[in-house]
Amino acid sequence: MTEQSLSPETKIVVIGAGHAGGSIAGFLRQFGFPGTITLVGDEPIAPYHRPPLSKAWLKGEADAASLALRPASFYEEQKVALRLSQSATAIDRAAKTVTLSDGAVLSYDVLVIATGARARRLPIPGADLAGVLELRNAEDAEKLKQAIGPGKRLAVVGGGYVGLEVAASARALGAEAVVIEREARVLARVACAELSNFFQTYHGGKGVGFELNAGVEGFVGADGKITGVRLSDGRVIACDAAVVGIGAIPNDEIAGAAGLSLDAGILVDADARTSDPAIFAIGDVTRRPLSHYQRVHRLESVPNALEQAKQAASAIMGRPRPAPEVPWFWSDQYDLKLQIAGIPFDADRIVIRGDRGAAKFAVFHLKGDRIVAVEAVNAPPEFMAGKLFIGNAKPVDIEKLGNDSVSMKEVAA
Amino acid sequence: MAKITYIEHNGTPHEVEVKAGLSVMEGAVKNNIPGIDGDCGGACACATCHVYVDAAWRDKVGTAEDLEKSMLEFAENVEENSRLSCQIVVSDALDGLVVRMPESQH
Repeated sequence: MTEQSLSPETKIVVIGAGHAGGSIAGFLRQFGFPGTITLVGDEPIAPYHRPPLSKAWLKGEADAASLALRPASFYEEQKVALRLSQSATAIDRAAKTVTLSDGAVLSYDVLVIATGARARRLPIPGADLAGVLELRNAEDAEKLKQAIGPGKRLAVVGGGYVGLEVAASARALGAEAVVIEREARVLARVACAELSNFFQTYHGGKGVGFELNAGVEGFVGADGKITGVRLSDGRVIACDAAVVGIGAIPNDEIAGAAGLSLDAGILVDADARTSDPAIFAIGDVTRRPLSHYQRVHRLESVPNALEQAKQAASAIMGRPRPAPEVPWFWSDQYDLKLQIAGIPFDADRIVIRGDRGAAKFAVFHLKGDRIVAVEAVNAPPEFMAGKLFIGNAKPVDIEKLGNDSVSMKEVAA
Repeated sequence: MAKITYIEHNGTPHEVEVKAGLSVMEGAVKNNIPGIDGDCGGACACATCHVYVDAAWRDKVGTAEDLEKSMLEFAENVEENSRLSCQIVVSDALDGLVVRMPESQH
């Protein structure tokens, strides 16, 4: 589709009203899209920020209005039709239509799939007990909020970022928290050992308990409600609620059923276009090229959702492709601000700057003399400079990088 | 409420009313103003809400705190009047504020 062929009659349907879906509607209007936009979402509320669900929102520091991506008036003013509490059930690529769960059939000229990912579940006994929770959306967060408070004990199954953020929030609310992790360290899939150790020690100092190398056999309960988590060594960790955070699965089934190319996620190109030129896919559901690393990858992050929303909106509107961005992530736990840029693919060494004891340091991952990732704790200059180095693929002076008396400004000069 | 004028890099102005208590970044995002992305939602983690504060308003807006300063140090096209708009809280005293956007936020 080229800009010349866009008219007020052109129809764009976006399925999935998360950060990606909500953002592309805004970008399309910013770029002057003249046609109709319909945003279909399976939750009852308009797009909102998910990252605060495990943090500020859980602690009662954010309300629904501050969580909302845009105010309600936005959808009216920008002429974005919301179809909420509806999921898309089928795509007919030949007829260019999408069928919704209420039976409605929407025709499209351009379809955008932004269906996100869902929480991976544990297929073990007791998983259906009340109080066995997950955290992907506002409804999950509300249930979790009810379950944690002074005197309550929360079991966190999975020591990833979501699990650790929830544990930190639980402690802030006066609840006990114990993290149960299958691997020998927390953040095993997503961070280096140095960072894992730091976070575990820090959480330990805040009173979080850990069960590492611990398999989960099942949830035990009474009267239909959870009372504990049974580990594979037979012990039962007593709790009032458990939150399972063991990763996410892309909601790519509808795309697969329509014959689009998949690889554990919808395969897209650098314009976020799928194997069907009339269909784009953006956000957590995609497997996308990472130009800084010459490979394809599935990213679960807000910056990724925004970048791909911009790519797709640009391609639809015939605008130049935006410059590729370095993937980045953030997490807030207690008074720790963790910022990560890049992904440590093929890294062959690490360089640490700063003081772990003072909770202000950064771990740089290098491949030869190039920085490929940086994990920065309360160290914004290291994060920002590291992100620039990754973006430019510029060699770094490793000696200076490892020398705390040389400022990051000088390292980057 | 404060009236804020956001001026895109290409000169296009957007004049909107922003509720007191919101940040200048939130005012832009909620009104779908191009050029301020606010990727991190206001956590001062990304520097994608960089603006230049109009000279007449610099004193009223105030200066950046350390965290913001260190983020700005490595942002592109930083000037003396650069701020991260997620860190500027709107109040009635900022009624009439004018901010301009850099060429790019990345």
